[in-house]
Amino acid sequence: MEKNRSIINILDLSVDEVAHLVKTANDIEKNPEKYQERCAHKKLATLFYEPSTRTRLSFEAAMLELGGQTLGFAGAQNSSASKGESVADTIEVVSNYADIIAMRHPKEGAPVVAAAHTHVPFINAGDGGHFHPTQTLADILTIERTKETLSGLTIGLCGDLKFGRTVHSLIDAMLRYPDNKYILISPNELRLPEYELDKLRDAGASFEETKSLEDAIPKLDILYMTRVQKERFFNEEDYLRLKDTYVLTPEKLLTAKADMAILHPLPRVNEISVAVDKDPRAKYFYQTLCGKQMRMALILYLLGLD
Amino acid sequence: MTVDGIENGIVLDHITAGKAMLVYKYLGLENLKSQVALIQNCSSKKMGRKDIVKISEAIDIDLDVLGYIDPGITVNYIKDGKRVEKKTLSLPETLTNVLRCRNPRCISSTEQELPQVFKIVDRKRALYRCAYCDTIVNAEEFK
Repeated sequence: MEKNRSIINILDLSVDEVAHLVKTANDIEKNPEKYQERCAHKKLATLFYEPSTRTRLSFEAAMLELGGQTLGFAGAQNSSASKGESVADTIEVVSNYADIIAMRHPKEGAPVVAAAHTHVPFINAGDGGHFHPTQTLADILTIERTKETLSGLTIGLCGDLKFGRTVHSLIDAMLRYPDNKYILISPNELRLPEYELDKLRDAGASFEETKSLEDAIPKLDILYMTRVQKERFFNEEDYLRLKDTYVLTPEKLLTAKADMAILHPLPRVNEISVAVDKDPRAKYFYQTLCGKQMRMALILYLLGLD
Repeated sequence: MTVDGIENGIVLDHITAGKAMLVYKYLGLENLKSQVALIQNCSSKKMGRKDIVKISEAIDIDLDVLGYIDPGITVNYIKDGKRVEKKTLSLPETLTNVLRCRNPRCISSTEQELPQVFKIVDRKRALYRCAYCDTIVNAEEFK
């Protein structure tokens, strides 16, 4: 392992490496005590330039469960970015304080700058509407554990497929496993961008686009719901018009397969009715446990401690 | 019209007619102290019309920038009145500080000191990808 390996995009990890992380995460699940001191005396810096309670807490919980410590900031106003410090300078400095860095930044491509300046392993914890590789690792572990495979699945992706970075990353990741089918459920305005459709075409993957969640549901092994995110819109009118397009309810689930898994990168607003939470097919809270365990596995792997 | 040949320097030939001024601008030739001849609309068997730029000094030319402006340009290095080297160009793999990313969410839009780096994705359509945010731009739109 290189000393300062950076994970910016899920595709920075090979299929074999992802399989290795899944194996480690499964071992963490079975034997947590084996790992509880593994990162003793190691520090994770969490540099969060925009709010993300869940991802930051997940990273911090992951490091604490490995016996390590965390330092960092949440919100650009609490960092020297508010004084005009560049990402490059912050990373140069923090590299001297921490053994590994996780960074969330609202600007797309900020992790590319960070990766060029870090002296320690670096993990992109989300850059604007661009990449969010550890969310995809959470998705992969959830799918692997609930379906016991990553191939031959019919995956429905619903909601904001245009700005939804988790959707793009999940497609990129799942295209590396054979025989998956994709059903893309969105209003016209939030369709999957052409460059992502090209990836599906180039890979020869079977996919269809539809506006109807009801029509798609009976075919699905996985339903990946997404939120229409206000922060991705320049125009509030467009956001208000589209935010309530798809709402998953117990009634809509009547025609779904008994073992379909419902995933959501969270936070949810109202696109999944609270009544669905009790359904055994709802895996979105379990997904956050998977996310923490995959972050533990990734930290261990990047530090060479697994 | 007659323009003298040069003894030592560089002749940029086969420039698409009308692009000589772009070459002049992007290579910063206005900053040179030596003689520069810019010839527009020469007749050419191959191209019909073409532009030529003659520089009477062996300057260090950024071939990537030149390839971006017009990949059809040939670069002739002249020494003691003879051509000693000829280079043909193509669209460069990487362009630095030539194109600008138009994505307002790109880190390069906030941190102005970052170099604007683009990598080629499609030579036929002259498409480049921002090295930071992956936004695709058409290089032709910047000329």
